[in-house]
Amino acid sequence: MSSDKNPLHTPLTRRSMLKASAASAVVGAAPMIIPSTAHAYLNEPKGATVTLGFNVPQSGPYADEGADELRAYELAVEHLNGGGDGGMMNTFSSKALKGNGILGKKVTYVTGDTQTKSDAARSSAKSMIEKDGAVMITGGSSSGVAIAVQGLCQEAGVIFMAGLTHSNDTTGKDKKANGFRHFFNGYMSAAALAPVLEKNYGTDRKAYHLTADYTWGWTQEESIAAATEAKGWETVEKVRTPLASTDFSSYIGQVLKTDADVLVLNHYGGNMVNSLTNAVQFGLKDKMVNGKQFEIIVPLYSRLMARGAGENVKGIFGSTNWHWSLQDEGSKAFVKSFGEKYGFPPSQAAHTCYVQTLLYADACERAGSFDPCAVGAALEGFDFDGLGNGPTHYRADDHQCFKDVLVVKGKENPTTEFDLLEVVEVTPRAQVEYAPDHPMFAGGDLGKCNTGA
Amino acid sequence: MDAILLQILNGLDKGSAYALIALGLTLIFGTLGVVNFAHGALFMIGAFCAVTLNKVFALSSITIDPTKTDFLGKPLQVKTPYLEKWFGDAGLAIMDWSVPLAIIVSIPIMMLIGYVMERGLIRHFYKRPHADQILVTFGLAIVLQEIIKAFYGANPIQTPAPSTFVGTLDIGVYLGFAQDAITYPYWRLVYFAFACLVIFAVFAFLRFTTFGMVVRAGMADRETVGLLGININKKFTIMFALAACVAGVAGVMYTPINSPNYHMGMDFLVLSFVVVVVGGMGSLPGAVLAGFLLGILESIASMNVVKQFFETIFIPSIDQIVIYLVAVIVLLVRPRGLLGHKGMMED
Repeated sequence: MSSDKNPLHTPLTRRSMLKASAASAVVGAAPMIIPSTAHAYLNEPKGATVTLGFNVPQSGPYADEGADELRAYELAVEHLNGGGDGGMMNTFSSKALKGNGILGKKVTYVTGDTQTKSDAARSSAKSMIEKDGAVMITGGSSSGVAIAVQGLCQEAGVIFMAGLTHSNDTTGKDKKANGFRHFFNGYMSAAALAPVLEKNYGTDRKAYHLTADYTWGWTQEESIAAATEAKGWETVEKVRTPLASTDFSSYIGQVLKTDADVLVLNHYGGNMVNSLTNAVQFGLKDKMVNGKQFEIIVPLYSRLMARGAGENVKGIFGSTNWHWSLQDEGSKAFVKSFGEKYGFPPSQAAHTCYVQTLLYADACERAGSFDPCAVGAALEGFDFDGLGNGPTHYRADDHQCFKDVLVVKGKENPTTEFDLLEVVEVTPRAQVEYAPDHPMFAGGDLGKCNTGA
Repeated sequence: MDAILLQILNGLDKGSAYALIALGLTLIFGTLGVVNFAHGALFMIGAFCAVTLNKVFALSSITIDPTKTDFLGKPLQVKTPYLEKWFGDAGLAIMDWSVPLAIIVSIPIMMLIGYVMERGLIRHFYKRPHADQILVTFGLAIVLQEIIKAFYGANPIQTPAPSTFVGTLDIGVYLGFAQDAITYPYWRLVYFAFACLVIFAVFAFLRFTTFGMVVRAGMADRETVGLLGININKKFTIMFALAACVAGVAGVMYTPINSPNYHMGMDFLVLSFVVVVVGGMGSLPGAVLAGFLLGILESIASMNVVKQFFETIFIPSIDQIVIYLVAVIVLLVRPRGLLGHKGMMED
């Protein structure tokens, strides 16, 4: 082989230099040009279907809530694809959804198991985005998990429609442009509960807080303490309890050694069941302190959890995002669809997940695209009705929904196994609204929406 | 002072559960030399024996009440438990006492589960390293808890104590304190008394029966007992079943204290292992002593004044770490644990 045929030894000419420059310019420009035409945004649906990712706890302590969320998602998909009786699509104020999928594409879905652990939830969401091509991720049951997955969706460039997450931080300091929350939050629970507590228990009360030691517990404790102190109550003590605690007797025992006459349980799930059971075992509900009847409050109720606490919930106030006994047309339609399909009424977790799926689909239809930025813009500032919570507003500033809040009480004489809570007041939306720069929500920034392109 | 006494009481009932689980763990380790990570699952299965019996007693006939409607607006189905229908007040009393009655049901069930577990799986791992034993028993624990979750769901299930034991006893009055200074739930006192009874029964069984004597001899020197012509393996299988039974009845009686869920075994398992190590591997009195001791320490560490004091010396959340902190100190000072003896886990 002669040396002059070896390309490595080809003499550099002006012509070859120009060719090489042109070729490298094309190659260099390629990454900028090709995706912008082939993939306008991450996981753009090209075929006849669109894939949604349902990321719920299928194992772990919130698995029952996760199962109910999954049922609601499956029902929503059925309705979006034109199956069943249409549920709340018939009562939804927006009429963009036609029952032919989303933008004419049949809705399919994949599911992930969050295990109620942030790292597992992020892994399953990542897998659904990268391997299954999910264009939207939704799910919840723990604020820690929701915040972690919301951050991942922001980085990846897909929309995150939060399921059950009640921490102020989800749409506060950890809010993201790609994340949207329909569920209410700790501040709203406090704003709704405080007037009812004042009306029932007066203004001269001393409260003792037992709080689950993580983001949700902290923000709820802060919210309830501020709202009740504004009504004249005194906060005697705030005690943080490990999330892994199963027996709260050593914490409950100390409540009796103070002059507190109200115990606020900022606990959820198994923590709530156990702490409430322990408090009742120690006779707190029967005590008289400062000449007043001792009272217990559970600011965030869940019917599924209330069942675990059994008779202990009787007469105890709390708040909830939605309840199956509501008599508006949207709620009735949803309870009918869900009840006939599954044989029992839906939980508030199921409701918020179903609603979030419809809201996402509707936003895509109105935007005419699955582009996360276009969908986000369609959701921002959106006013709607007919989805079980009355007139609702998706605030553009923080992507938080504003709607009426339900104050509930453990029912004294339940008629069925589902009839555990009674709605004592529907707190109007105006009473639970707050400014986007409220100190309890300060410190975060939505940032810019990310298409992932 | 009354606050400390109350925390000691709290620690005693928490320690009762630790002691009972640790006792079973030590029995298995001492006899079979197996580190059984599925022991917490046996505690959980015991609790679900109570849940199951409660559900069986609640089996109901259904009648339609046309005057009321259900959540779908259909005529309401009214459930009347068969026990109430057939036996009236006696039936209601049986339902009320479902937890204590579950002990009778759970004993043969737990013995059988223990026997099957030992013969079917664990005996194949006697001569394998402890790491293998831990892996296989931990895997078994996960399988067992997932089976329970598949049948009963993930949420806690309310299983109340008999109505006679609902409420609190004013212990302070008996000790010379003011009224309501130290009040304690009846059922927790019952649990403590029950734990003491079971512990006494196990010790008496090992101390005063021929069977117990052989087992103790086998714990000390398995080979020599075998050479004497005694089938020590058979006796150890029975001990495994007995340990499963202790964990099971501990779980049954625990259900009214905290509503059982599928994960409750894991919640206790790690702490119970710490109890075994602190007490001294293979030492039955050590397991009981450490169980109560760590229960009380954990309870006192959760007092606000104690937590605040430790925060001032830059040790936050002392209530979450106290057990592990004590374990580290004990193992540094007494590497064999409080009542451990030479030779155990040192071969």
